[in-house]
Amino acid sequence: MAIVALFVFFLLHLTPGDPAAVIAGDDAGPAEIEGVRQKLGLDRPVYEQFAIYVSNLAKGDLGTSIFSNMPVLQLVKQRLEPTLVLAVTTLTLAVLIAIPMGVIAAWKVRSWIDRFIMGLSVLGFAVPVFVVGYVLIYIFSIELRWFPVQGYKPLANGVLDTLRSVALPSLALALVYTALIARMTRASMIEVLSEDYIRTARAKGASQYAVLIRHALKNAAVPIVTVIGLGLTLLISGVVITETVFNIPGLGRLTVDAILKRDYPIIQGLIILFAGVKVLVNLCIDISYAFFDPRIRYGQ
Amino acid sequence: MKDFRLSAFSQPTILAGSVIILIFVLTACLAPLIAGDPLSFDPLNRLKKPSESFFFGTDQLGRDLYSRVVYGTRVSLIVGLSVALIATSIGLILGIICGYLERVDAIVMRVMDGMMAIPSILLAIALITLMKASLLIVIVAIAIPEIPRVVRLVRSVVLGVKALPYIEAAIASGTKTKRLMIRHILPSTIPPLIVQATYVCASAILTEAGLSFLGAGTPPEIPSWGNLISGGRAFFQISPWIIFFPGLMLAITVLAINLIGDGMRDSLDPRIAKRI
Repeated sequence: MAIVALFVFFLLHLTPGDPAAVIAGDDAGPAEIEGVRQKLGLDRPVYEQFAIYVSNLAKGDLGTSIFSNMPVLQLVKQRLEPTLVLAVTTLTLAVLIAIPMGVIAAWKVRSWIDRFIMGLSVLGFAVPVFVVGYVLIYIFSIELRWFPVQGYKPLANGVLDTLRSVALPSLALALVYTALIARMTRASMIEVLSEDYIRTARAKGASQYAVLIRHALKNAAVPIVTVIGLGLTLLISGVVITETVFNIPGLGRLTVDAILKRDYPIIQGLIILFAGVKVLVNLCIDISYAFFDPRIRYGQ
Repeated sequence: MKDFRLSAFSQPTILAGSVIILIFVLTACLAPLIAGDPLSFDPLNRLKKPSESFFFGTDQLGRDLYSRVVYGTRVSLIVGLSVALIATSIGLILGIICGYLERVDAIVMRVMDGMMAIPSILLAIALITLMKASLLIVIVAIAIPEIPRVVRLVRSVVLGVKALPYIEAAIASGTKTKRLMIRHILPSTIPPLIVQATYVCASAILTEAGLSFLGAGTPPEIPSWGNLISGGRAFFQISPWIIFFPGLMLAITVLAINLIGDGMRDSLDPRIAKRI
């Protein structure tokens, strides 16, 4: 985290491009630019700016937006809901589709259904999320009129409306994720299914379902959970694009708009937030290992 | 190395992928011969449907979409190849050094971990907006976030090789560090690196399209597939073909590159293939 903070700060401050000039506007004279620079503290030496930044960060203050003068944390809170809903539905959808697909492919390995599922997953990696998004809008919103074309309905106005508005975006976003998880599930299941205890379970007459789910899937879970966590960065990148396609006012849009306007505090705050989420998710995944594989134990 | 090369071409997926990529490479090279001017506009033929005179239809300024898609092939292939080349060569050098020199390893790997925690598309947008947008900047900005994964792969291969007896023998017989790295360690990193390069290439093409789609990538006057899709956004409901054709080409290209990569990975040593 500290490294991310350091990296982001220096990346943004040591590269060319003067935010003071951008904020002051195209027709501002040198004096006006200087005034803006002093107000924002950008005239101080870089190390001093960095010290101020770190001490604020430690107090939980992510800074204030240069353009809208609102605290970054408040801006994030406003935009958090759509992104969170989108991420949760996408994740649920991807896991619900991918794991059964991977299990079936591993069970019927080398059959036509395995080839078909793996073919789909290769395709899932190749089609960009914005293309899927527009194809879905065209089919389901414009031709069939089942879902709203774009936009987001907040949870406060009814859960059903919200789900309808995020249905297509999550489907588009879930595609890559599904491909990734299905692939890992298949590979991990194939490995587990060749173990001796699976043969034992079959020999004692356990049903096909029990063998696959109770004996095999639980033991195959560690790499699957790992890949779900690794895919999180993929999900964040996808969210940025999906929110643009479907016109959803979430964190992704906030980030892109901030970058295009060079609103340093927002960019810094968001990237640190994303990195923090990633660290947190990795921690949760590490803890979940112990649940799936009791041989892994912590804190002894 | 030789076995790898021989078995690689016996895979049907590699063959299929290579044929598709060859067609795209030819399209990119022969663009001036097989397509018209991608920039000439004709206000009388705005937003025309695909027809015999305009294979893929026209956009909002009456520009021929077919010509623009053909020229877009150039941008995507150039971006994909250059990013793969830059990311793998820098990653290779850093990875070998990290795998071999422990003191450098600690520092470089922490920086790489930090970079990996930032979503690559955001890092790329940040780099592009901070500098002046040009194709070169786009390539560099896409290549930088790809480096950590290459470094990790190369490093893990080096660490595995370093423990083998022949390296010990080479050190015992007085081989210098530089020669040891280049002659004895480097060759075993090449096959997995080539496989990784294909994935980097595919992901670079997708990232370029994504960045241009967001309006933060290739300068809008250059007809890249991402720019075409971005331009068609506003007219999507009345003329979906502006988005459809570049999107289709994008998907086919990335699919073909991934097929080559998957095929090559299958012909790798399985212990190494697991790390990719």
